[in-house]
Amino acid sequence: MKRIISFFVTVIVLAGVMAVTTPGLLDKVRLGLDLKGGFEILYEAKPLEEGQAVTKESLNRTAQSLEKRANVLGTSEPEVTTEGANRIRLKIAGVTNEAEVRKKMKEPANLTFRSSPTGGKEAADFTKIELLGSDFKENGAEVGYDSLNQPEISIQVKDKAKFTEITKRLINKELGIFLDETMLSAPVVRAELTDGKASISGNYTNDEAKNLRDTINLGALPLSLTEKYSQSVGATLGKQSLDQTIVAGLIASAFILLFMIGIYRLPGLLASFALILHTWLLILVFVLADFTLTLPGIAAFILGIGMAVDANIITNERIREEMRNGRSVMSSVKLGNKSSFRTIIDSNVTTIIVAGVMFAYGTGAVKGFALVLIVEIVLSIATNVYFSHWLLSLLVKSGLLKEPKQFGVKESEIREL
Amino acid sequence: MNFKKEIDFVHISKYYYTISIILTIVGIICLSIFGLNFGVDFRAGSNVDITLSKSLTQSEVQPILKKIGIDEGTSITPGDKRMNIRFTEVLNEDHDNKLKAEIQKLDSTASFEINTVDTEMAKELGRNAIYAVLLSCIGIIIYVSIRFEWRFALAAILSLIHDAFLVVTVFSIFRLEVDLIFITAVLTIIGYSINDTIVIFDRIRENLRFAKLKTNEDLVHLVNKSVNQMLKRSIYTALTVFIAALFLYLFGGQSIKMFSLAMVIGLVFGAYSSIFIASPFWFFLKSKEKNKKVGKTS
Repeated sequence: MKRIISFFVTVIVLAGVMAVTTPGLLDKVRLGLDLKGGFEILYEAKPLEEGQAVTKESLNRTAQSLEKRANVLGTSEPEVTTEGANRIRLKIAGVTNEAEVRKKMKEPANLTFRSSPTGGKEAADFTKIELLGSDFKENGAEVGYDSLNQPEISIQVKDKAKFTEITKRLINKELGIFLDETMLSAPVVRAELTDGKASISGNYTNDEAKNLRDTINLGALPLSLTEKYSQSVGATLGKQSLDQTIVAGLIASAFILLFMIGIYRLPGLLASFALILHTWLLILVFVLADFTLTLPGIAAFILGIGMAVDANIITNERIREEMRNGRSVMSSVKLGNKSSFRTIIDSNVTTIIVAGVMFAYGTGAVKGFALVLIVEIVLSIATNVYFSHWLLSLLVKSGLLKEPKQFGVKESEIREL
Repeated sequence: MNFKKEIDFVHISKYYYTISIILTIVGIICLSIFGLNFGVDFRAGSNVDITLSKSLTQSEVQPILKKIGIDEGTSITPGDKRMNIRFTEVLNEDHDNKLKAEIQKLDSTASFEINTVDTEMAKELGRNAIYAVLLSCIGIIIYVSIRFEWRFALAAILSLIHDAFLVVTVFSIFRLEVDLIFITAVLTIIGYSINDTIVIFDRIRENLRFAKLKTNEDLVHLVNKSVNQMLKRSIYTALTVFIAALFLYLFGGQSIKMFSLAMVIGLVFGAYSSIFIASPFWFFLKSKEKNKKVGKTS
């Protein structure tokens, strides 16, 4: 009796939790740009001037400035990542003015030092451009420390005369440092500087100082970006793909569940419940880990349901086999659960190996697919092996399942021991 | 022996070997003559998928391409309320924008998916795909050799290469487009095929433990028994995954159509090879070893 209660409590509570939380969870799944529209571009970065190398710092700086620009242009959650030695991948979803965004993105990072003719201190007041990124010596900026151990940035300018003139004119005034249209800092010119060198100090933290150094170095040696790969998906088309694929998934799942129940009866029903739990957990993992669901990801999702059924089929076939060999229901279930376990682990590990390789070697779509597959296999072992074995054992021990025919085994098939 | 209940897979496998060898030869010929219909992912260029609210014809779109100056070497495939245009040239964003604007003049609700891959990138993607397949095979060989033995590994690899190759062959014969996602399909088929094979091998391994193998006939019986015991499972599992892939193909989004089709085909080959190729091939390897042993002792 206790077992029957714990069986029903488990099933009802889980079903309730799933029913209540699913709509909210589905809303929270982060969709890839192939499902909600947007574009993805892989850039290769090259220095604008020949013969220079792309450094790790300059690549990171460029990536950060891309992200800033994308934010300024009002796009939602741009994703910018660096890949390898000279590549940057940019993903932007839900853009209406794609043409403009793409054009803006490709422009090299624009470093300027500006003065404010009116004396205003707002970023918008700094309108007169005094120095360009190309006026600075390549890799000339360095972080040093002043006598109070405060970080400061020393810079070097190519044209000494020009720098002398500027510092003379702007003495005791601010010189704004801009990357694109963002003001990074506005140090005050303290003296006329004639040797083309200056140090910028302020209340910088170590990191701020390093950032500023990298920005100036990048400004002196901007990277030009070329598109190596691009994918752009219209929002309508993305939505359509999503809807179509979900419908396909629902129909396929319904068929699979009916198939399981039709073939395996009550154990099939338990397996179906485990499959639904498996799918719910998969969505939960995606929401909690903030994974992005792509179209190939949904395909993996649906195929994975088909594969997850396999664990149930192996177990149930094994149980039937033991029954046909004349074992009691109780010992058939025990033995079936036990010996099918090893089979399932071995076959799933080989699939994980393939999925792991896909994840390691794949880009974009392939990675999304592999990720779902891996998560799904791991969850499948938890739900379709442990959980469904446990449910089945509960029912058998409680005495609700005691006839071979409840497992779809005919009396005539049972061999005498 | 009751033949109705137990199918003699070992002995009938020679017919299936013949079929598979013929198919493989056909595949080699096809691939060497026609090659594959590579999508933009592997040969550079641009691919444009358009979803429309009404169907457009080729003659409506052709002048637009000409006007923008991107009509050379393009192929237009109109469909029901959709259209696919493939460019051998790499479209730049300027082209993209003009094309979109012009098509939207014809149909204001047009929605686009544009994929552009440059030559160098295409080569790299192709190379990565080959590495991925090779690395998967090596991983499987190592795992199966450790958990089972090398003969199982060899037989499993043979059957999964068979499956992957035949899917590629079908795509070559019917000129279906091969893109990056196709590689995913091939890898998934490999994953599925190995999964299917391992389940049968696991049963052979289990039966081996209790078997006293004196003659070759004993081994034949053992393999047949194992495959027969797992036959229902093989069919049921193949069927459920097949259903999933088929519905994806029929109703799923356009950009995974080819993927789903590859899966549907691959699943059939996967189930077939596990039963008719892998296990009999393991028998072939094992019986050779047995004969050698017998030869030594006697």
